[in-house]
Amino acid sequence: MHAKVITVTSGKGGVGKTTVTANLAAALAMLGRRVVALDADIGLRNLDVVMGLENRIVYDLVDVVEGRCRLPQAMIRDKRFPELYLIPAAQTRDKMAVSPSDMVLVCDQLRQDMDYVLIDSPAGIERGFRNAVAPADQVIVVTNPEVSAVRDADRIVGLLEAEEHGPGQLIINRLKPQMVARGDMLSIADVLDILAIDLLGVIPEDEDILVGSNRGAPVAMNGSHSASAGQAFRNIARRLEGEDVPIMELSHQGGLFGRLRAWMSGR
Amino acid sequence: MGWLDRLLGRRQKSSTVAKDRLQMVLTHDRADISPGLIAEIKDDIIAVIARRLAVDPDSVVVTLTTTARESRLVAEIPLHNRRRQAP
Repeated sequence: MHAKVITVTSGKGGVGKTTVTANLAAALAMLGRRVVALDADIGLRNLDVVMGLENRIVYDLVDVVEGRCRLPQAMIRDKRFPELYLIPAAQTRDKMAVSPSDMVLVCDQLRQDMDYVLIDSPAGIERGFRNAVAPADQVIVVTNPEVSAVRDADRIVGLLEAEEHGPGQLIINRLKPQMVARGDMLSIADVLDILAIDLLGVIPEDEDILVGSNRGAPVAMNGSHSASAGQAFRNIARRLEGEDVPIMELSHQGGLFGRLRAWMSGR
Repeated sequence: MGWLDRLLGRRQKSSTVAKDRLQMVLTHDRADISPGLIAEIKDDIIAVIARRLAVDPDSVVVTLTTTARESRLVAEIPLHNRRRQAP
């Protein structure tokens, strides 16, 4: 069994890397795949808290790299899913505690028993980013439809090409269809024109993301079929599995008439 | 409020402005050329050409453009037409 190692990165901080990693891991596990999520943000760990597994941490990635525990001991099993694991980052060290070759070694061990290894990259372009990208077979670049996020994503795409990790695939996160319709937000087409890489998926702005993070329950677990973030994550997981899923219809759904239309098409 | 924008002569949507600004900024980022450098290159080009041909410095235009992921520096240098000069 040879796992696909996918790194989720962005350049800019706060655009949704951890949210994407947690939700894609959950969605892939819901499809029956064996998934391990790895937090590479050493010193500022967050994947544990977003996944709701913060109370189960005994060992972390740095313990594995420094030989204080075996790799399986650092793998926290998320009991809500058939086979989903988290390897948390250390909170009291920094990015220098781990090297790119350490990451490659850890992932080589994980490849044997898993279908997917999803690596949550820290923001930036320094050691943490290089650690996260070193073992990747594929890279997902997350951006927001906003000038500084797109600018940083462009730099990341350039770095990935220079280091021969391919151009990567794009996820546009926090899209607000109403603002796009008014001309107050960059559209999907605008962002694709500028970045010129393949689109993996689009995730709409959704208050449920915050609620999910409050509870430690990724929204991909929610059953809603409407044009929600949860559905977007599930669609992206299916695309990663090779299925051809069209981008969700994200038209303006506000107002009474819009809600009626949405209710009728959802039946 | 589209009608207010039109009344006040603000034709362009902010997303259009954002896209234009991003394309400009990325053209410079990708080529690793600062915007001020283009102005200096323009002065250098005018000086070099002016050594051999009559050039109107005000009508010289040097632009940096990007298509997909490739950048290019293009200089337009209108030359004085000899026949038009006063005898």
